[in-house]
Amino acid sequence: MTTTPVTTVDTDYRLIDSTLRDGSHAISHQYHMDDVIQIVQGLDRAGVPVIEIAHGDGIGGSSFNYGFSAVPEKELIAKACEVTTNAKIACLLLPGIGLADDLREINEMGVKVARIATHCTEADISEQHIKVAKSLGLEAIGFLMMAHMNTPEGLVEEALKMQSYGADTIYIADSAGAMTTEDMKVRVNALVEALEVPLGVHAHNNLAMAVSNSIAAYENGAKNLDGTSAGLGAGAGNCPTEILAAVSTKYGINTGVDPIALMDLAEEVVRPIMPRAQVIDRAGLILGYAGVYGSFLLHAERAAERYGVSQADILFELGRRQMVGGQEDMIIDVALELARKHAEQELIGEEGNL
Amino acid sequence: MRCAILGSGNIGTDLMIKLLAAREMDGPLELVALVGIDPASDGLARARRLGIEGPHEGPDWILGHADELDMIFDATSAYVHKAQAQAYEDAGLIAVDLTPAAIGPKVIAAVNLMEHLDAPNINMVTCGGQATTPMVYAIRRAVESLPYAEMVSTVASKSAGPGTRQNIDEFTKTTSTALREIGGAETSKAIIILNPAEPPIMMRNTVFGALPEGTDHDRVIESIYEMEKSVQQYVPGYRLKNPPVIEAGPYTTPGGVVPHRAVVLLEVEGAGDYLPPYAGNLDIMTAAAQRVGEAIADHRAGARR
Repeated sequence: MTTTPVTTVDTDYRLIDSTLRDGSHAISHQYHMDDVIQIVQGLDRAGVPVIEIAHGDGIGGSSFNYGFSAVPEKELIAKACEVTTNAKIACLLLPGIGLADDLREINEMGVKVARIATHCTEADISEQHIKVAKSLGLEAIGFLMMAHMNTPEGLVEEALKMQSYGADTIYIADSAGAMTTEDMKVRVNALVEALEVPLGVHAHNNLAMAVSNSIAAYENGAKNLDGTSAGLGAGAGNCPTEILAAVSTKYGINTGVDPIALMDLAEEVVRPIMPRAQVIDRAGLILGYAGVYGSFLLHAERAAERYGVSQADILFELGRRQMVGGQEDMIIDVALELARKHAEQELIGEEGNL
Repeated sequence: MRCAILGSGNIGTDLMIKLLAAREMDGPLELVALVGIDPASDGLARARRLGIEGPHEGPDWILGHADELDMIFDATSAYVHKAQAQAYEDAGLIAVDLTPAAIGPKVIAAVNLMEHLDAPNINMVTCGGQATTPMVYAIRRAVESLPYAEMVSTVASKSAGPGTRQNIDEFTKTTSTALREIGGAETSKAIIILNPAEPPIMMRNTVFGALPEGTDHDRVIESIYEMEKSVQQYVPGYRLKNPPVIEAGPYTTPGGVVPHRAVVLLEVEGAGDYLPPYAGNLDIMTAAAQRVGEAIADHRAGARR
């Protein structure tokens, strides 16, 4: 058993691309083998050092609740490990959804990095999985989701727990794309100050702040940044890898990746498989505005259609109820309640006309 | 039947209050002691105030008093239960295990209560398992086959103790197994989410069942409503939050492609015996354990007569 050292970077920050994981939400987890081969090869060629792949809700996410994968994710992960030359392959796992046994399996396939994700107040459910990842010799990244829902001090407390379990890097994820640049800066500053291990930031674009917030995070000490090709991802999408690389270059920040190669990948491989353009429409903006988990977007759209209620109403109600990532079942719950309320109101309306 | 509760945390203390209340109503279980390991614990102080013993010598006390006991409820941890289970059995004690140790046969009170009344050790699965397996079984008994079932359990962060948090995989694995072995699904998945919202959310459980071609949907819905009533007999706060629905797919489940799924949205409000009502996850566990303990006591008493 060897311990994988944290990637030594002579770049200013390390770029992790999550097109094949977070991007999976936007295509309802319908990645096929050819997509994986082309995207991994494209990212690898562009010099991206870490490529994340899994069901959008992490390993084991294929389910009624989150959507079934078209191709078993472990087959896709094995293929990614096979076709990469320089880039390390990473997987995301949410304790409560994926199992420590899954980490053992993906380690055998050649995965090098395990990102263990919890809601931003629940770091202690990651202890078992971070420790297993470390014992297997994987790099372990603690990943705190929905970070806008916790204070800088609260995040520090949770991040220190993950660090104490052995995490090599800690990430905060703006999973709802709800943070302003100021929100990002105060959190990054507090964490960089408190942690011994490097910090990373995963941004979403619901408020059109993903790139600027990522750059601000770097300027305030974050050493890892996430992107997805063409911004493909949950909600209004992620920080687009090719734009982040281009903007970084304009700022004179050394990323070690080739922005042109990333633009080619986004245009020629990823855009053609996108079911729709990754734009900030009303629903996407509501997610960021109301602070609602990005992956709820398409599930809410389907439930709205099925039960004849407004997607916007569903999203606002989920925000009001303070739902966290993973509670996709509550979308059906909210849709049914809204439908019932509408029916009652119509009844009252009819009676009023009598 | 004389019994003791081992473990003076939230679960053990809540169970104590339930058992003492049942005894007032001439229930068959005579609670002798709540046994802990921390002399300063709130649960033990409460036990003494309520007039039963509150020793802090843990499993040693149980084994030292085995002659005065017939049954124990173990609300410690899987680790402690695994280490002591054989000793309890050797001492002639029936063990109702509320930890995920899963040594004895699994019992879901509303489904297979009567099947293991002679077993020396009975496992109560998990709180999520007690809440959702009945509904998986309710769907199963209304269909030709149930290729796949899934449960999603969301509990308030405040009601998930350190034991659950440090070993969350045991929760999902044990629950998933119960959906197959007792619920009757061919394949299964269990998911648990913690939600820190304030005020704390009620325990929520959602069951999805894969419905094959040719399923009588009305029969499925009817069976679900019947099961709600069965569980309410021992967990009054167990309810369908919304009417059960059948959604059209198709869905490519691990058990094969099916045209429809049943969605059962449940809420469990605790009785508020020791913990606040939002902790329905703990309440359903203690209520189910009480039900099992009483069934064993009645069964053994009947056998003696």
